[in-house]
Amino acid sequence: MRKIYLDYAATTPTDSRVVKAMKPYFSKIYGNASSLHKIGQKSKLAMNKARAEIAQFINARSEEIIFTSGGTEANNLAIKGIFFALNLPHKHIITSKIEHHAVLEPCRFLEKQNATITHLPVDKYGLVNIIKLQQAIKDETILISIMHANNETGVIQPIKEISQIVQAEKERRQKEKINIPIYFHTDAVQTFSHLPLDVHQLNIDLLSASAHKLYGPKGIGLLYLKQGVKIESLIHGGEHEKGKRASTENIPGIVGFAKAVELAKKEMNKEQKRLMKMRDYFINKIIDSIKDSHLNGHAKMRLANNINISIKGIEGEAMMINLDSFGIACSTGSACSSTSLEPSHVLLAMSLGPELAHSSLRFTLGRWTKKKDLDYTIKKLIFVVNRLRNISSLKIKI
Amino acid sequence: MGQFDKNSELMDHFLHPRNVGKLDNPDAIGKVGNITCGDIMEIYLKVENNIIKNIKFQTFGCAAAIASTSVLTELVKGKTLEEALKISSKRIREILGEMPPHKYHCTVLAEQALKDAIENYQKKSEKK
Repeated sequence: MRKIYLDYAATTPTDSRVVKAMKPYFSKIYGNASSLHKIGQKSKLAMNKARAEIAQFINARSEEIIFTSGGTEANNLAIKGIFFALNLPHKHIITSKIEHHAVLEPCRFLEKQNATITHLPVDKYGLVNIIKLQQAIKDETILISIMHANNETGVIQPIKEISQIVQAEKERRQKEKINIPIYFHTDAVQTFSHLPLDVHQLNIDLLSASAHKLYGPKGIGLLYLKQGVKIESLIHGGEHEKGKRASTENIPGIVGFAKAVELAKKEMNKEQKRLMKMRDYFINKIIDSIKDSHLNGHAKMRLANNINISIKGIEGEAMMINLDSFGIACSTGSACSSTSLEPSHVLLAMSLGPELAHSSLRFTLGRWTKKKDLDYTIKKLIFVVNRLRNISSLKIKI
Repeated sequence: MGQFDKNSELMDHFLHPRNVGKLDNPDAIGKVGNITCGDIMEIYLKVENNIIKNIKFQTFGCAAAIASTSVLTELVKGKTLEEALKISSKRIREILGEMPPHKYHCTVLAEQALKDAIENYQKKSEKK
Protein backbone atom coordinates (compact mmCIF):
# COMPACT_ATOMS: atom_id res chain seq x y z
CA MET A 1 0.00 0.00 0.00
CA ARG A 2 1.16 3.53 -0.76
CA LYS A 3 2.04 5.77 2.15
CA ILE A 4 1.25 9.43 1.57
CA TYR A 5 1.86 11.87 4.38
CA LEU A 6 -0.18 15.05 4.05
CA ASP A 7 -0.09 16.22 7.65
CA TYR A 8 3.08 18.33 7.66
CA ALA A 9 1.39 20.99 9.80
CA ALA A 10 1.08 18.42 12.60
CA THR A 11 4.72 17.47 12.38
CA THR A 12 7.39 16.83 9.78
CA PRO A 13 9.80 13.93 9.43
CA THR A 14 13.28 14.88 10.58
CA ASP A 15 15.45 15.43 7.49
CA SER A 16 18.24 12.85 7.29
CA ARG A 17 20.76 15.70 6.91
CA VAL A 18 19.52 17.04 10.25
CA VAL A 19 19.84 13.63 11.88
CA LYS A 20 23.40 13.39 10.56
CA ALA A 21 24.28 16.79 12.01
CA MET A 22 22.85 15.80 15.41
CA LYS A 23 24.49 12.39 15.63
CA PRO A 24 27.91 13.35 17.08
CA TYR A 25 26.23 15.16 19.96
CA PHE A 26 24.71 12.05 21.51
CA SER A 27 27.68 9.82 22.36
CA LYS A 28 30.78 11.59 21.03
CA ILE A 29 30.41 15.21 22.08
CA TYR A 30 28.14 14.59 25.04
CA GLY A 31 29.48 17.23 27.43
CA ASN A 32 27.26 19.44 29.54
CA ALA A 33 27.51 22.94 28.10
CA SER A 34 27.83 24.31 31.65
CA SER A 35 30.95 22.21 32.35
CA LEU A 36 34.34 23.89 32.10
CA HIS A 37 36.26 20.87 30.83
CA LYS A 38 37.08 20.41 27.16
CA ILE A 39 34.16 18.16 26.24
CA GLY A 40 31.75 20.50 27.99
CA GLN A 41 33.17 23.49 26.17
CA LYS A 42 32.88 21.64 22.85
CA SER A 43 29.16 21.30 23.47
CA LYS A 44 28.95 24.95 24.42
CA LEU A 45 30.73 25.95 21.24
CA ALA A 46 28.29 23.94 19.12
CA MET A 47 25.37 25.49 20.98
CA ASN A 48 26.67 29.03 20.53
CA LYS A 49 27.21 28.46 16.83
CA ALA A 50 23.71 27.06 16.40
CA ARG A 51 22.19 29.90 18.40
CA ALA A 52 23.98 32.50 16.28
CA GLU A 53 22.83 30.87 13.04
CA ILE A 54 19.21 30.71 14.12
CA ALA A 55 19.30 34.29 15.46
CA GLN A 56 20.79 35.56 12.23
CA PHE A 57 18.05 33.87 10.24
CA ILE A 58 15.38 36.10 11.84
CA ASN A 59 17.70 39.12 12.16
CA ALA A 60 17.96 38.78 15.94
CA ARG A 61 20.96 38.65 18.26
CA SER A 62 22.19 35.43 19.84
CA GLU A 63 21.32 36.70 23.32
CA GLU A 64 17.71 37.14 22.25
CA ILE A 65 17.15 33.42 21.62
CA ILE A 66 15.90 31.25 24.51
CA PHE A 67 15.76 27.56 23.69
CA THR A 68 12.74 25.71 25.05
CA SER A 69 11.30 22.21 24.78
CA GLY A 70 9.05 23.30 21.92
CA GLY A 71 6.41 25.73 20.72
CA THR A 72 4.01 25.11 23.58
CA GLU A 73 6.63 25.96 26.18
CA ALA A 74 7.72 29.02 24.20
CA ASN A 75 4.12 30.30 24.12
CA ASN A 76 3.70 29.62 27.84
CA LEU A 77 6.98 31.36 28.62
CA ALA A 78 6.03 34.39 26.51
CA ILE A 79 2.55 34.90 27.92
CA LYS A 80 3.01 33.89 31.55
CA GLY A 81 6.54 35.29 31.55
CA ILE A 82 5.36 38.79 30.59
CA PHE A 83 2.38 38.61 32.95
CA PHE A 84 4.37 37.59 36.04
CA ALA A 85 7.22 40.02 35.35
CA LEU A 86 4.91 43.01 35.67
CA ASN A 87 3.70 44.17 39.03
CA LEU A 88 0.54 46.04 38.10
CA PRO A 89 -2.95 46.07 39.65
CA HIS A 90 -4.73 45.39 36.33
CA LYS A 91 -3.29 43.43 33.46
CA HIS A 92 -5.07 43.03 30.13
CA ILE A 93 -4.05 40.68 27.32
CA ILE A 94 -5.39 40.72 23.76
CA THR A 95 -5.38 37.54 21.72
CA SER A 96 -7.65 36.00 19.08
CA LYS A 97 -10.28 33.28 18.98
CA ILE A 98 -8.23 31.24 16.53
CA GLU A 99 -4.98 30.89 18.47
CA HIS A 100 -3.50 27.48 19.18
CA HIS A 101 -4.41 25.99 22.54
CA ALA A 102 -0.81 26.63 23.59
CA VAL A 103 -1.78 30.33 23.64
CA LEU A 104 -5.45 30.07 24.63
CA GLU A 105 -4.82 27.84 27.64
CA PRO A 106 -2.05 29.96 29.25
CA CYS A 107 -4.41 32.94 28.81
CA ARG A 108 -7.19 30.97 30.47
CA PHE A 109 -4.85 30.11 33.31
CA LEU A 110 -3.99 33.81 33.73
CA GLU A 111 -7.68 34.70 33.95
CA LYS A 112 -7.60 32.80 37.25
CA GLN A 113 -4.73 35.11 38.26
CA ASN A 114 -7.01 38.12 37.62
CA ALA A 115 -5.86 38.89 34.09
CA THR A 116 -8.49 40.24 31.70
CA ILE A 117 -8.38 38.59 28.29
CA THR A 118 -9.91 39.87 25.04
CA HIS A 119 -10.39 37.28 22.31
CA LEU A 120 -10.59 39.04 18.96
CA PRO A 121 -12.99 37.68 16.35
CA VAL A 122 -12.02 36.76 12.81
CA ASP A 123 -13.89 37.28 9.54
CA LYS A 124 -15.21 34.45 7.38
CA TYR A 125 -11.81 34.16 5.71
CA GLY A 126 -10.14 33.53 9.06
CA LEU A 127 -8.40 36.91 9.32
CA VAL A 128 -8.12 38.74 12.63
CA ASN A 129 -9.99 42.03 12.57
CA ILE A 130 -7.34 44.69 13.16
CA ILE A 131 -9.85 47.50 13.66
CA LYS A 132 -11.31 45.53 16.57
CA LEU A 133 -7.75 44.99 17.78
CA GLN A 134 -7.07 48.69 17.77
CA GLN A 135 -10.31 49.33 19.65
CA ALA A 136 -9.51 46.67 22.25
CA ILE A 137 -6.29 48.30 23.45
CA LYS A 138 -6.60 49.86 26.91
CA ASP A 139 -4.07 51.61 29.13
CA GLU A 140 -3.61 48.40 31.08
CA THR A 141 -3.02 46.19 28.02
CA ILE A 142 0.38 44.58 28.50
CA LEU A 143 0.45 42.00 25.73
CA ILE A 144 -0.99 41.33 22.30
CA SER A 145 -0.53 37.76 21.16
CA ILE A 146 -1.57 37.00 17.58
CA MET A 147 -0.28 34.05 15.61
CA HIS A 148 1.64 34.53 12.37
CA ALA A 149 -0.33 31.86 10.52
CA ASN A 150 -3.11 29.62 11.74
CA ASN A 151 -2.28 25.95 12.13
CA GLU A 152 -5.64 24.69 10.87
CA THR A 153 -6.47 26.98 7.96
CA GLY A 154 -2.99 28.27 7.18
CA VAL A 155 -4.40 31.80 7.02
CA ILE A 156 -1.58 34.33 7.40
CA GLN A 157 -2.43 37.09 9.83
CA PRO A 158 -1.62 40.76 9.23
CA ILE A 159 1.19 40.83 11.81
CA LYS A 160 2.93 43.75 10.15
CA GLU A 161 -0.14 45.94 10.61
CA ILE A 162 -0.57 44.63 14.15
CA SER A 163 3.01 45.45 15.08
CA GLN A 164 2.52 48.97 13.66
CA ILE A 165 -0.53 49.41 15.90
CA VAL A 166 1.49 48.21 18.90
CA GLN A 167 4.31 50.56 17.95
CA ALA A 168 1.93 53.53 17.77
CA GLU A 169 0.52 52.57 21.17
CA LYS A 170 4.03 52.40 22.64
CA GLU A 171 4.68 55.90 21.33
CA ARG A 172 1.39 57.21 22.69
CA ARG A 173 2.14 55.84 26.12
CA GLN A 174 5.56 57.39 26.07
CA LYS A 175 4.13 60.76 25.08
CA GLU A 176 1.34 60.62 27.64
CA LYS A 177 3.75 59.31 30.28
CA ILE A 178 1.76 56.13 30.86
CA ASN A 179 4.30 53.94 32.53
CA ILE A 180 2.86 50.58 31.45
CA PRO A 181 4.65 48.54 28.79
CA ILE A 182 2.87 46.83 25.91
CA TYR A 183 4.43 43.97 23.97
CA PHE A 184 3.66 42.09 20.77
CA HIS A 185 4.06 38.32 20.76
CA THR A 186 3.51 36.14 17.72
CA ASP A 187 3.24 32.37 17.62
CA ALA A 188 5.26 31.64 14.48
CA VAL A 189 5.28 27.85 14.88
CA GLN A 190 3.64 27.37 11.46
CA THR A 191 5.74 29.94 9.60
CA PHE A 192 9.26 29.80 11.04
CA SER A 193 11.57 28.77 8.18
CA HIS A 194 8.64 28.67 5.78
CA LEU A 195 8.13 32.41 5.38
CA PRO A 196 10.77 35.13 5.62
CA LEU A 197 10.81 36.60 9.13
CA ASP A 198 12.67 39.66 10.29
CA VAL A 199 11.92 40.46 13.93
CA HIS A 200 13.64 43.81 13.64
CA GLN A 201 11.75 44.98 10.61
CA LEU A 202 8.47 43.60 11.96
CA ASN A 203 9.04 45.11 15.40
CA ILE A 204 8.25 41.89 17.22
CA ASP A 205 8.93 41.67 20.95
CA LEU A 206 8.43 37.94 21.40
CA LEU A 207 8.17 35.09 18.90
CA SER A 208 7.68 31.34 19.35
CA ALA A 209 8.96 28.59 17.07
CA SER A 210 9.37 24.82 17.08
CA ALA A 211 11.93 22.72 15.20
CA HIS A 212 9.73 19.73 14.40
CA LYS A 213 7.56 21.80 12.05
CA LEU A 214 10.55 22.49 9.81
CA TYR A 215 12.12 19.04 9.42
CA GLY A 216 14.02 19.37 12.69
CA PRO A 217 13.73 17.14 15.75
CA LYS A 218 10.89 17.10 18.27
CA GLY A 219 11.53 18.43 21.76
CA ILE A 220 13.25 21.68 20.82
CA GLY A 221 11.81 25.12 20.23
CA LEU A 222 12.64 28.70 20.95
CA LEU A 223 11.38 31.98 22.20
CA TYR A 224 12.79 35.11 20.65
CA LEU A 225 12.82 37.77 23.36
CA LYS A 226 13.77 41.26 22.31
CA GLN A 227 16.60 42.75 24.30
CA GLY A 228 15.27 44.75 27.23
CA VAL A 229 11.93 42.92 27.48
CA LYS A 230 11.61 41.36 30.92
CA ILE A 231 9.98 38.01 31.54
CA GLU A 232 9.67 35.81 34.60
CA SER A 233 11.17 32.34 34.24
CA LEU A 234 8.78 29.40 34.53
CA ILE A 235 11.42 26.75 35.15
CA HIS A 236 13.83 27.44 38.01
CA GLY A 237 16.95 25.46 38.78
CA GLY A 238 19.99 27.01 37.14
CA GLU A 239 21.38 29.86 35.12
CA HIS A 240 20.82 28.26 31.73
CA GLU A 241 19.47 30.50 28.98
CA LYS A 242 20.41 33.59 30.98
CA GLY A 243 18.30 32.44 33.87
CA LYS A 244 15.14 32.47 31.74
CA ARG A 245 14.86 28.72 31.40
CA ALA A 246 16.73 26.34 33.66
CA SER A 247 17.63 22.83 32.42
CA THR A 248 20.72 21.28 30.86
CA GLU A 249 20.66 22.37 27.24
CA ASN A 250 19.46 19.90 24.64
CA ILE A 251 22.57 20.11 22.46
CA PRO A 252 21.60 17.51 19.82
CA GLY A 253 18.23 19.24 19.51
CA ILE A 254 19.73 22.72 19.27
CA VAL A 255 22.26 21.59 16.63
CA GLY A 256 19.46 19.85 14.72
CA PHE A 257 17.27 22.95 14.90
CA ALA A 258 20.07 25.08 13.40
CA LYS A 259 20.70 22.54 10.63
CA ALA A 260 16.98 22.46 9.81
CA VAL A 261 16.96 26.26 9.59
CA GLU A 262 20.04 26.24 7.35
CA LEU A 263 18.40 23.79 4.94
CA ALA A 264 15.10 25.66 4.92
CA LYS A 265 16.84 28.96 4.26
CA LYS A 266 18.56 27.54 1.18
CA GLU A 267 15.40 26.01 -0.24
CA MET A 268 12.71 28.41 1.00
CA ASN A 269 11.87 30.48 -2.08
CA LYS A 270 11.92 27.60 -4.51
CA GLU A 271 10.03 25.33 -2.14
CA GLN A 272 7.33 27.91 -1.46
CA LYS A 273 6.67 28.29 -5.18
CA ARG A 274 6.57 24.53 -5.70
CA LEU A 275 4.16 24.01 -2.80
CA MET A 276 1.90 26.88 -3.79
CA LYS A 277 1.51 25.48 -7.28
CA MET A 278 0.60 22.06 -5.90
CA ARG A 279 -1.72 23.60 -3.29
CA ASP A 280 -3.74 25.50 -5.89
CA TYR A 281 -3.82 22.47 -8.19
CA PHE A 282 -5.15 20.33 -5.34
CA ILE A 283 -7.75 22.89 -4.22
CA ASN A 284 -9.08 23.39 -7.76
CA LYS A 285 -9.24 19.63 -8.39
CA ILE A 286 -11.25 19.06 -5.21
CA ILE A 287 -13.65 21.95 -5.78
CA ASP A 288 -14.16 20.91 -9.42
CA SER A 289 -14.65 17.21 -8.86
CA ILE A 290 -16.53 17.09 -5.54
CA LYS A 291 -19.93 18.71 -5.38
CA ASP A 292 -20.59 20.84 -2.31
CA SER A 293 -16.96 21.11 -1.29
CA HIS A 294 -15.70 24.41 0.11
CA LEU A 295 -12.31 25.89 0.80
CA ASN A 296 -11.98 27.13 4.38
CA GLY A 297 -9.93 30.27 4.90
CA HIS A 298 -8.59 32.93 2.59
CA ALA A 299 -7.55 31.56 -0.80
CA LYS A 300 -4.45 33.75 -1.17
CA MET A 301 -3.48 34.84 2.35
CA ARG A 302 -2.62 31.29 3.33
CA LEU A 303 0.42 29.12 3.79
CA ALA A 304 1.77 27.59 0.60
CA ASN A 305 1.19 24.08 1.92
CA ASN A 306 -2.30 24.31 3.46
CA ILE A 307 -5.54 22.95 2.05
CA ASN A 308 -8.50 23.05 4.42
CA ILE A 309 -11.81 21.99 2.93
CA SER A 310 -15.28 21.05 4.07
CA ILE A 311 -17.28 18.44 2.21
CA LYS A 312 -20.99 18.67 2.94
CA GLY A 313 -22.89 15.66 4.21
CA ILE A 314 -19.94 13.71 5.58
CA GLU A 315 -18.29 13.78 8.94
CA GLY A 316 -14.61 14.73 8.80
CA GLU A 317 -13.16 12.02 10.97
CA ALA A 318 -14.88 9.31 8.93
CA MET A 319 -13.22 10.70 5.79
CA MET A 320 -9.86 10.93 7.54
CA ILE A 321 -9.99 7.34 8.83
CA ASN A 322 -11.15 6.08 5.45
CA LEU A 323 -8.28 7.89 3.69
CA ASP A 324 -5.90 6.44 6.26
CA SER A 325 -7.05 2.97 5.21
CA PHE A 326 -5.62 3.87 1.77
CA GLY A 327 -2.34 5.01 3.31
CA ILE A 328 -3.15 8.73 3.17
CA ALA A 329 -2.50 10.68 6.40
CA CYS A 330 -4.35 13.97 6.86
CA SER A 331 -6.30 15.61 9.68
CA THR A 332 -9.74 16.98 10.50
CA GLY A 333 -11.34 19.68 12.63
CA SER A 334 -14.40 17.57 13.32
CA ALA A 335 -15.72 17.09 16.82
CA CYS A 336 -15.37 13.31 16.76
CA SER A 337 -11.63 13.55 16.45
CA SER A 338 -11.31 15.53 19.64
CA THR A 339 -11.95 14.16 23.10
CA SER A 340 -13.93 17.30 23.94
CA LEU A 341 -16.46 16.43 21.19
CA GLU A 342 -16.38 20.06 20.08
CA PRO A 343 -15.58 20.88 16.47
CA SER A 344 -12.60 23.10 15.68
CA HIS A 345 -12.72 26.43 17.53
CA VAL A 346 -10.99 27.98 14.52
CA LEU A 347 -13.67 26.96 12.03
CA LEU A 348 -16.46 27.95 14.42
CA ALA A 349 -14.82 31.36 14.90
CA MET A 350 -15.03 31.78 11.12
CA SER A 351 -18.83 31.32 11.45
CA LEU A 352 -18.69 28.15 9.42
CA GLY A 353 -21.77 26.56 10.99
CA PRO A 354 -21.80 23.09 12.53
CA GLU A 355 -22.48 21.18 9.30
CA LEU A 356 -19.34 22.46 7.58
CA ALA A 357 -17.25 22.53 10.76
CA HIS A 358 -17.93 18.82 11.31
CA SER A 359 -17.07 18.08 7.68
CA SER A 360 -13.59 19.55 7.46
CA LEU A 361 -10.36 17.98 6.25
CA ARG A 362 -6.90 19.46 6.37
CA PHE A 363 -4.15 18.42 3.98
CA THR A 364 -0.75 19.99 4.54
CA LEU A 365 1.98 19.42 1.98
CA GLY A 366 5.71 19.34 2.52
CA ARG A 367 9.23 18.63 1.35
CA TRP A 368 8.51 15.15 0.04
CA THR A 369 5.06 15.74 -1.46
CA LYS A 370 4.82 15.08 -5.18
CA LYS A 371 2.08 15.90 -7.64
CA LYS A 372 1.40 12.20 -8.20
CA ASP A 373 0.68 11.83 -4.48
CA LEU A 374 -2.00 14.48 -4.82
CA ASP A 375 -3.50 12.78 -7.87
CA TYR A 376 -3.72 9.52 -5.92
CA THR A 377 -5.24 11.35 -2.97
CA ILE A 378 -7.90 13.03 -5.11
CA LYS A 379 -8.83 9.69 -6.66
CA LYS A 380 -9.23 8.09 -3.24
CA LEU A 381 -10.97 11.15 -1.79
CA ILE A 382 -13.63 11.02 -4.51
CA PHE A 383 -14.18 7.32 -3.75
CA VAL A 384 -14.41 7.99 0.00
CA VAL A 385 -16.81 10.92 -0.47
CA ASN A 386 -19.16 8.87 -2.66
CA ARG A 387 -19.06 5.92 -0.29
CA LEU A 388 -19.73 7.97 2.85
CA ARG A 389 -22.38 10.13 1.20
CA ASN A 390 -24.18 6.93 0.34
CA ILE A 391 -24.15 5.93 4.03
CA SER A 392 -24.93 9.42 5.34
CA SER A 393 -28.32 10.48 6.62
CA LEU A 394 -27.62 13.99 5.36
CA LYS A 395 -28.37 14.00 1.68
CA ILE A 396 -27.03 16.67 -0.62
CA LYS A 397 -29.11 17.84 -3.54
CA ILE A 398 -27.80 16.55 -6.85
CA MET B 1 -3.49 -3.24 17.55
CA GLY B 2 -5.41 0.00 17.58
CA GLN B 3 -9.08 0.80 17.20
CA PHE B 4 -8.52 1.68 13.55
CA ASP B 5 -6.44 -1.39 12.75
CA LYS B 6 -7.71 -2.72 9.47
CA ASN B 7 -8.45 -6.11 11.01
CA SER B 8 -10.55 -4.72 13.85
CA GLU B 9 -14.32 -5.26 13.95
CA LEU B 10 -14.74 -1.50 14.05
CA MET B 11 -12.88 -1.01 10.78
CA ASP B 12 -14.63 -3.97 9.19
CA HIS B 13 -18.05 -2.48 9.98
CA PHE B 14 -16.90 1.02 8.99
CA LEU B 15 -15.42 -0.03 5.66
CA HIS B 16 -18.07 -2.66 4.91
CA PRO B 17 -21.19 -1.58 6.76
CA ARG B 18 -24.15 -3.97 6.70
CA ASN B 19 -27.73 -2.92 5.95
CA VAL B 20 -27.03 0.55 4.63
CA GLY B 21 -29.86 2.51 3.06
CA LYS B 22 -33.58 3.18 3.38
CA LEU B 23 -36.62 0.91 3.22
CA ASP B 24 -39.61 1.62 1.02
CA ASN B 25 -42.75 1.90 3.16
CA PRO B 26 -41.04 1.16 6.48
CA ASP B 27 -43.20 0.23 9.46
CA ALA B 28 -41.24 2.66 11.60
CA ILE B 29 -38.37 5.09 11.48
CA GLY B 30 -36.05 5.99 14.37
CA LYS B 31 -33.92 9.09 14.40
CA VAL B 32 -31.41 10.46 16.90
CA GLY B 33 -28.76 13.14 17.02
CA ASN B 34 -28.46 16.52 15.38
CA ILE B 35 -26.00 18.42 13.27
CA THR B 36 -24.69 20.46 16.18
CA CYS B 37 -23.41 17.38 17.97
CA GLY B 38 -22.15 15.91 14.71
CA ASP B 39 -23.97 12.57 14.57
CA ILE B 40 -27.31 11.81 12.95
CA MET B 41 -28.57 8.22 12.81
CA GLU B 42 -31.68 6.96 11.06
CA ILE B 43 -33.08 3.45 11.41
CA TYR B 44 -35.77 1.97 9.14
CA LEU B 45 -37.76 -1.04 10.32
CA LYS B 46 -39.96 -3.64 8.67
CA VAL B 47 -41.82 -5.62 11.34
CA GLU B 48 -43.86 -8.80 10.80
CA ASN B 49 -45.53 -10.75 13.65
CA ASN B 50 -43.51 -8.79 16.20
CA ILE B 51 -40.26 -9.77 14.49
CA ILE B 52 -37.81 -7.36 12.84
CA LYS B 53 -37.94 -8.70 9.30
CA ASN B 54 -35.74 -6.05 7.76
CA ILE B 55 -33.68 -3.14 8.99
CA LYS B 56 -31.66 -0.44 7.23
CA PHE B 57 -29.72 2.56 8.45
CA GLN B 58 -28.20 5.84 7.36
CA THR B 59 -25.63 7.60 9.52
CA PHE B 60 -23.88 10.92 9.35
CA GLY B 61 -21.05 10.51 11.79
CA CYS B 62 -17.58 9.23 12.45
CA ALA B 63 -16.21 5.75 11.83
CA ALA B 64 -17.36 4.54 15.26
CA ALA B 65 -20.87 5.91 14.69
CA ILE B 66 -21.20 4.17 11.32
CA ALA B 67 -19.77 0.90 12.71
CA SER B 68 -22.07 1.07 15.76
CA THR B 69 -25.21 1.36 13.62
CA SER B 70 -24.01 -1.40 11.33
CA VAL B 71 -23.40 -3.78 14.24
CA LEU B 72 -26.74 -2.89 15.75
CA THR B 73 -28.64 -3.79 12.56
CA GLU B 74 -26.94 -7.19 12.46
CA LEU B 75 -27.72 -7.84 16.12
CA VAL B 76 -31.44 -7.16 15.88
CA LYS B 77 -32.37 -8.48 12.45
CA GLY B 78 -34.68 -11.46 12.91
CA LYS B 79 -35.21 -10.75 16.61
CA THR B 80 -38.53 -10.06 18.32
CA LEU B 81 -39.08 -6.46 19.40
CA GLU B 82 -38.69 -7.46 23.05
CA GLU B 83 -35.38 -9.18 22.33
CA ALA B 84 -34.21 -6.21 20.26
CA LEU B 85 -34.98 -3.79 23.08
CA LYS B 86 -32.60 -5.75 25.31
CA ILE B 87 -29.62 -5.04 23.03
CA SER B 88 -27.54 -2.48 24.87
CA SER B 89 -24.77 -0.14 23.83
CA LYS B 90 -22.48 -2.29 25.97
CA ARG B 91 -23.19 -5.26 23.70
CA ILE B 92 -22.24 -3.13 20.66
CA ARG B 93 -18.97 -2.17 22.36
CA GLU B 94 -18.21 -5.81 23.14
CA ILE B 95 -18.42 -6.58 19.44
CA LEU B 96 -16.56 -3.51 18.18
CA GLY B 97 -13.72 -3.95 20.63
CA GLU B 98 -11.28 -1.36 21.87
CA MET B 99 -12.39 2.26 21.58
CA PRO B 100 -11.58 5.36 23.60
CA PRO B 101 -14.21 6.46 26.18
CA HIS B 102 -15.16 9.57 24.21
CA LYS B 103 -16.47 7.26 21.49
CA TYR B 104 -18.85 5.34 23.77
CA HIS B 105 -21.61 7.82 22.99
CA CYS B 106 -21.63 6.54 19.38
CA THR B 107 -22.76 3.13 20.61
CA VAL B 108 -25.30 4.77 22.94
CA LEU B 109 -26.74 6.73 20.01
CA ALA B 110 -27.16 3.51 18.02
CA GLU B 111 -29.08 1.92 20.91
CA GLN B 112 -31.25 5.05 21.19
CA ALA B 113 -31.96 5.12 17.45
CA LEU B 114 -33.30 1.57 17.59
CA LYS B 115 -35.37 2.30 20.71
CA ASP B 116 -36.80 5.37 18.98
CA ALA B 117 -37.79 3.26 15.96
CA ILE B 118 -39.42 0.54 18.09
CA GLU B 119 -41.25 3.15 20.17
CA ASN B 120 -42.58 4.77 17.02
CA TYR B 121 -43.70 1.35 15.78
CA GLN B 122 -45.50 0.54 19.02
CA LYS B 123 -47.23 3.93 19.08
CA LYS B 124 -48.40 3.39 15.52
CA SER B 125 -49.67 -0.13 16.34
CA GLU B 126 -51.64 1.11 19.34
CA LYS B 127 -53.46 3.60 17.17
CA LYS B 128 -54.62 0.91 14.75
